[in-house]
Amino acid sequence: MISAILVMALGAIVLGAALGYAAVKFRVEGDPLVEKIDAILPQTQCGQCGFPGCKPYAEAIAKGEAEINQCPPGGEEGIRKLADLLGREVKELSAEHGIEKPKAVAFIDEQICIGCTLCIQACPVDAIIGAAKQMHTIVADQCTGCELCLPPCPVNCISMEPLPESVETWKWKYPVFAIKPATKEVA
Amino acid sequence: MSMLHRLFNFHGGVKPAYNKEASTQQPIAVSPAPTFLVIPLHQSIGGTPRPLVQAGDKVLKGQRIGEADGNVSSAVHASTSGTVTAVEMRLMPHTSGLPALCVVIEPDGRDEWITRTPFDYRNATPTQTRDYLRDAGVVGLGGAVFPSHLKLNPGKSGKLDTLVINGAECEPFITCDDVLMRERAEATVKGIAIMREMLAAGRVLVGIEDNKPEAIAAMEKAVAGEKDMAVIVVPTRYPAGGAKQLIRVLTGIEVPHGKRSTDYGVQCFNVGTAYAIYEAIALGQPLVSRIVTVAGNVEKARNYEVLFGTPMADLIALCDAKPDTDRLIMGGPMMGVRMPADSVPVVKATNCVLVGSPILFPPPPPEMPCIRCGECAKACPADLQPFELYWFSRAKIFGKAQEYNLFDCIECGCCAYVCPSHIPLVDYYRFAKSEIWAREKEKEAADEARVRYEFRLFREEREKEEKAARLAAKTAAGREKAAAALASVDQPTTTPEEDAKKALIAAALERAKAQKADAAPQNTEQLTSEQQAEIAAIEARRAEIREMAKPHLPPDN
Repeated sequence: MISAILVMALGAIVLGAALGYAAVKFRVEGDPLVEKIDAILPQTQCGQCGFPGCKPYAEAIAKGEAEINQCPPGGEEGIRKLADLLGREVKELSAEHGIEKPKAVAFIDEQICIGCTLCIQACPVDAIIGAAKQMHTIVADQCTGCELCLPPCPVNCISMEPLPESVETWKWKYPVFAIKPATKEVA
Repeated sequence: MSMLHRLFNFHGGVKPAYNKEASTQQPIAVSPAPTFLVIPLHQSIGGTPRPLVQAGDKVLKGQRIGEADGNVSSAVHASTSGTVTAVEMRLMPHTSGLPALCVVIEPDGRDEWITRTPFDYRNATPTQTRDYLRDAGVVGLGGAVFPSHLKLNPGKSGKLDTLVINGAECEPFITCDDVLMRERAEATVKGIAIMREMLAAGRVLVGIEDNKPEAIAAMEKAVAGEKDMAVIVVPTRYPAGGAKQLIRVLTGIEVPHGKRSTDYGVQCFNVGTAYAIYEAIALGQPLVSRIVTVAGNVEKARNYEVLFGTPMADLIALCDAKPDTDRLIMGGPMMGVRMPADSVPVVKATNCVLVGSPILFPPPPPEMPCIRCGECAKACPADLQPFELYWFSRAKIFGKAQEYNLFDCIECGCCAYVCPSHIPLVDYYRFAKSEIWAREKEKEAADEARVRYEFRLFREEREKEEKAARLAAKTAAGREKAAAALASVDQPTTTPEEDAKKALIAAALERAKAQKADAAPQNTEQLTSEQQAEIAAIEARRAEIREMAKPHLPPDN
């Protein structure tokens, strides 16, 4: 009887130790689901979703605190990918969070800029170069088009310029030909 | 020798009408320099070369006008001597109809070369030779315009088994390689010998389709003296001139998905590229022109040696386009792309300018639904399942299309050629490919933005900590100083804490005073008597003016 209890107890201790060791050794840092959601989000860091960045929004989605249709830059396709990942229903983009726009980058009119550095402080990806009382300029390659620099500018010298299509970025169009309605000629 | 060589077969393929006779009746002619050359800077795979000239510069033929941007890029050169009139955006020979940066040159008619010195590649390191070829602008002239210097590298093993030279030229209408081999076989073989030496290749196989007997005869004569170099006649079947297909036919090696032919000891070059390498190394001439076939809806189809930057309209004018001409195609009828206008220039990728008309290329019958007949899979030379790719591309399920190896598609057009429903299959693949590339670019940009955003958060946190630390250090130092000052005065009536506070206030007041003194204008002190007199005079004049102005002021002032 006692030996049986001892064997069971020993087994429990050994397995418990193994599990405890594994829990420490193979500990998963962070939440893999959040990482997966974050990978789908466009990293504009614009805050249109109501969260202070893409990562916080991803965390909120993972916790079930936010809907998947609050990201205008991600657009319809982003919503579809999130729905696939999370097994949720595809929804229309929530109108209160904004509308899907073509990608644009900020442009500073250097004639008007007074060098106040407010836009530099607002830029979430440090894509604006300048210093106090010096002219500022946007590094267009790194601008995510979040528009966060627009409201702080005291002289309204920043505008959003849609990215022009170039030979490098041009895409073959979807090859569907318009179907002409069969119109009968009036005699 | 060629009779003993065992040939293999590639899967699929089609036999379209070849239409090659018209343009091979006459030898290569030299196309005259046009009024203006428009030379695009981006003419090869890889980075866009940086312009080295500006408007007003005089250039010589062969002078570098665009410098390779990194190693995966290739230089561009002035095609003739003259004056640069502009470096500006011009319409590109690209389906998009979009402009890109071009160097516009007005020829001076002298066609004066730079000093041409042959490159002694035997006494140069392989890297030096490759850099030289990059700066000579040598790229693959079979149509893909991949920088040749990147391919002239035997890799880790230091040698290759087989160098395949592609003279198959399987696409209908195009005959530029055919006439090159007929007329310049000796030089081409010299170029091949240079490539073989650079690659340390054991044997060289020159594959030519059996519909080019003159080219085969000329090349066989030229290779006669070379060791382990043979001309192999391959059956005429489109696309035997695809690199993977020709390697398969000549060596039996099937390069699998995700691998390169060099992994199997084989490398493949076009005959035109071999000739360009001969010119660059043996003659010291950078790539400034190429042979272009003009065929299709023209009275006088012919091959021309054309300077890069020559507008296609000038080239067509030499061949008398028929009046019903409605389009220009760069390349052949199977893989070619329609040009947005006839003003676009001939570039390194232009092997053929095909002139089209509604009779020659009638509009395709209406697209019908896919009936799952499987003809496309039978015709596919890349062993893909074109119907699957079509469904996924059409439904925009790009991940699945990639799983079915969309990127192994060479866009040869065999599937669309045999499709009984007339589905423009290649258009769907091109659409899917460019969408996937665009998404990959977006993903890269998003990843970079994420890193930059996280770094910004980290930086803000760090700055906050540093600021707090600085403030703490300053306060501590101030207190210490004040305490020391008090200790020396020694006033026992107050508590030490009050003393410290008082001392801090006193120190702050002192600082404020000093700042004020700093800020006050100092230039009114220590004036000479003359200056003071001058100031007094000015003040007097001011008072006078004020008096004079009084009657003109509004009454309520």
